[in-house]
Amino acid sequence: MEHIDIGYTAKLARLELSAEEQELYSAQLGRILEYFHVLSSVDTSAVDPTAHANPLHNVLREDVAVSGFGAQQALANAPQQREDQVLVPRVIE
Amino acid sequence: MNQDSLAYFPASKLARLLASGELTSVELSRSILERTERLNPQVNAFLGWDGDDLMAQAEASDNRRQEGKALGFFDGIPVALKNNIAIKGSLLTCGSRMLERFVSPYDATVVERMKAAGMLVWGRLNMDEFAMGSSTETSFFGSTANPWDLTRTPGGSSGGSAAALAAGMSPITLGSDTGGSIRQPAAFCGIYGLKPTYGRVSRYGLVAFASSLDQIGPFGHSVEDVARMMEVICGVDPKDSSSYPAPVSPFHAELELALSGGRPMVLGLPIEYFKADGLDPAVRRAMDEVIAYYKGIGWQIKDVSLPNSHLAVPTYYVIATAEASSNLARFDGIRYTHRSESAADAVDVYFKSRGEGFGEEVKRRIILGTFVLSSGYHDAYYLKAQQVRTLIRNDFAKAFGEVDLVLTPTTPSPAFVRGERITDPLQMYLNDIYTICPNLTGLPAISVPCGFALENLPVGFQLIAPHFEEVRLLTAARAYERGNDWHTKHPAL
Amino acid sequence: MASVDGYDAVIGLEVHVQLGTESKMFTDAPYYFGASPNELTNPVVMGMPGTLPVLNKRAIEKTIQVGLMLGCEIPDVSKWDRKHYYYPDMPKNYQISQYDQPLCLGGSVEIEMDGPSRNVMGEHRRVSLTRIHLEEDVGKLTHVADGSLVDYNRAGAPLIEIVTEPDLFSPEEAFAFLTSLRNTLQNAGISDCDMEKGQMRCDANVSVKPVGTTKLGTKVELKNLNSISGVRNGLRYEIERQIRELKSGASIVQQTRRWDAEAGVTSLMRTKEEAQDYRYFPDPDLMPVRISEEWKSQLAEGLPELPFDRQRRYMADYSLPYTVTSVLCTNRGLSSFFEEAIRHHNNPLAIANLIANDLLRELGVASAGSEIGEGERRSLDSLGISAAGVAELVAMVDKGVLSNQMAKEVLSGMIETGQSAETVAAAKGLRQSSDTGEIEAICRQAVDENPKAVQEFLAGNEKSINAIKGRVMKATQGKANPAVVDQVLRKLLGVP
Repeated sequence: MEHIDIGYTAKLARLELSAEEQELYSAQLGRILEYFHVLSSVDTSAVDPTAHANPLHNVLREDVAVSGFGAQQALANAPQQREDQVLVPRVIE
Repeated sequence: MNQDSLAYFPASKLARLLASGELTSVELSRSILERTERLNPQVNAFLGWDGDDLMAQAEASDNRRQEGKALGFFDGIPVALKNNIAIKGSLLTCGSRMLERFVSPYDATVVERMKAAGMLVWGRLNMDEFAMGSSTETSFFGSTANPWDLTRTPGGSSGGSAAALAAGMSPITLGSDTGGSIRQPAAFCGIYGLKPTYGRVSRYGLVAFASSLDQIGPFGHSVEDVARMMEVICGVDPKDSSSYPAPVSPFHAELELALSGGRPMVLGLPIEYFKADGLDPAVRRAMDEVIAYYKGIGWQIKDVSLPNSHLAVPTYYVIATAEASSNLARFDGIRYTHRSESAADAVDVYFKSRGEGFGEEVKRRIILGTFVLSSGYHDAYYLKAQQVRTLIRNDFAKAFGEVDLVLTPTTPSPAFVRGERITDPLQMYLNDIYTICPNLTGLPAISVPCGFALENLPVGFQLIAPHFEEVRLLTAARAYERGNDWHTKHPAL
Repeated sequence: MASVDGYDAVIGLEVHVQLGTESKMFTDAPYYFGASPNELTNPVVMGMPGTLPVLNKRAIEKTIQVGLMLGCEIPDVSKWDRKHYYYPDMPKNYQISQYDQPLCLGGSVEIEMDGPSRNVMGEHRRVSLTRIHLEEDVGKLTHVADGSLVDYNRAGAPLIEIVTEPDLFSPEEAFAFLTSLRNTLQNAGISDCDMEKGQMRCDANVSVKPVGTTKLGTKVELKNLNSISGVRNGLRYEIERQIRELKSGASIVQQTRRWDAEAGVTSLMRTKEEAQDYRYFPDPDLMPVRISEEWKSQLAEGLPELPFDRQRRYMADYSLPYTVTSVLCTNRGLSSFFEEAIRHHNNPLAIANLIANDLLRELGVASAGSEIGEGERRSLDSLGISAAGVAELVAMVDKGVLSNQMAKEVLSGMIETGQSAETVAAAKGLRQSSDTGEIEAICRQAVDENPKAVQEFLAGNEKSINAIKGRVMKATQGKANPAVVDQVLRKLLGVP
């Protein structure tokens, strides 16, 4: 029976969860995963995964540049900006 | 013309009135705005709208028409959009706090097409947050009511789109469908809702939930409306590499032609679906009547088997949540979303902004999706689900070797009470049992109103066709429409 | 394999190279260096909701061409995957890349090691590659006092990632590898590979093992190696550090370390435990690429000769010495200039020398035999001199019209004025005289005026004739043809 490490997975997904949320999700997702278990009942060793609904390939674009919309529009919704760039709190390397 | 009766005219009828000069787009739009202003406080279908802009567009349309320059059949017809379809200069909230203030700098391709056809693109319709939900109850902006019974949900995630149409607040609306999000609300609200073949309609400008499953589609009062709307929005798009170069023909004319040809179709009933315990008796009764109707017009009903049906829900949820967790990674508090005020450093910005910006269902699905893609679990879950998806495709391909269309209920039961299911996610997911296969396989499907359950709640049935055979779907729907009038019934609002 | 202190090093490199395309990898926003911040953006670049990627055909073709040049296998089908990690320079918090079906597999890069001396060609060997794939670049972060600024101009630019097998065994080999790769890619017009502009970036994986053993040591990943010499220096330091650690009894932990060029040390960035789980899966928005034999042949047609192949050809066909060919063959501009010039006048050696020494000196670049620094290249075009013009100049020397000394002056004049060799020589009054009559008169005079030197010469001292020659040259203001002077003097002195 599978068990999700909620804390670790939330960290991978950059989600801050309260203790209550962690507990709630742990219980709910545990049940959901149990239900998913039925997938392992079928033999798919000879089956190709469906990557795309349509059998398309070589959907390409010619290398022609079209002017962008510029800094003003790029940053119109930015929470914080300075000197035409997005400003974020200190990034610790 | 009685204002309120206008509200329920199918868009095609309104278009003919505009063409004949009996109605102007300004008159129509004014009546729509008045009705919306009056009813939205109860229904909460709309998150917002710009009345001035709608009227300006209407005026422009009337002017065009006067000069003999109408752009198309639907020139002057208002169409309201689910708030996950980008309209330039308009808020694109997706029902989420995360995008509460995000103004889109560009138009979705479907919006460009509709504008080019002279349609009046307006309004922002409520939805489950990021399209994740089956009841429009996960929206950050409050839930939407079912116009037939305000204590019940209109379904989801395109609940706002369905409710607005069902309440006569807009003659056409668009929604999106990833696991049934157009068809289920259509069934709950007694209207038509169609999910096109994957790749028919451009996804450029549709905020992605599950990229390999999502499609934009129309809600309408009649088969003709849906057919004509498909003609406007379908077509391959160089900006969407998953869109397919299938020709777009006059579906509305082709379906009539097919009907007049009189060829009876063979409809398949998946035995696994009708065995299901969870089928509400009212739905079962309605289905029996639908089957009887088609037999009555000389069509054949046949049993088919879709042996991997029991795997559909887990397959869908693994793939949908995996792709969603990836598509929603970009919403991070950095460039254009909600950013937490209490973030101490850059890493904190991510954790806190996402923790605050997303609601419970979205977070739950992100965690599930992240898990099934993560190292050590990827093969057992994600890869496995993609393989089972192939098996499900094969089931349908085989069935279509024996029948023209597959016939199913749209939902196991009619609209449920608001607040009833939201605390049990698994229960909610099982609701999707009939609608998810067309998304997994890319097949086109339509929900057709076919009666009422107790308490005046609409019931719908679903038709599924092979890839790119929308005409076949619409023909069968029209064949049913010709002998029934469920679609003409409207809630008493 | 040069062992250090009883240990052998094993190195693998991951090199990212920006392809010089007009537009970005997955959208038509332009890409070029030096735009003002966030100018080269659009909704797709910014990862805005509802946007979708579309493949850049030329980027794919250039990648396949690189693979063909480096002897890679080009598969029938190639696909695109999402690689997930969070960082402010990532617009979507996943990078579109290639995981298990890249555009190129295998292949190798020929490298040249330093020879025993500058003039002698060192050993050549082929370094094996694992793969080459295509992906998108990220934005740029600038740290300021109260935070970080993000510029997305570079985000979405096409990058190829070239991964070597652990098939390099010294920092010098890594240096040679990058130099050879850069020359090859510049030569083919794929990229300028200027590391200062971020057009080429390199991460290294390095481990050490005791000499004579086969089991590989634990590898350490090195980042922030910002120049080709930086790669060499960073590796040198890290190898020594690992050896020091092992000798002190400690073991090497798999980790990522950052090179600090100023301080000259590497420092810990993250350990394996903290390593990223990229959650790769096929990108649903992008369709696979099928590469037909026809397409491959078309792409193979435009490919230039590889630099080392060209060098070997020059040495064989034109008998050019190694040092000169090294200079000519690092730059396609230089070699095509050379090849055009010799079409006009068939003296490959003289022409090669003129280009490699005189012309490059004019360009401010170090002359043949010394290391050509990064970012020092300027195009020959800027000199305003043509290949035919150079050929004409060399022809004049060969005909005896100009001395070598005069030719240098004429060349400067040609560059200054943009005029032909003939015109400049005439304007400067530079013309070597081969007029035997005139020269004979002056020679007689010099002989008369230098009896001592004459006596010494006739006594057997060969070198004494130079003093007399010098007088003649002085008297003619350097214009006499030295070979003719020599001939006349010997005749006058009755010597064969």
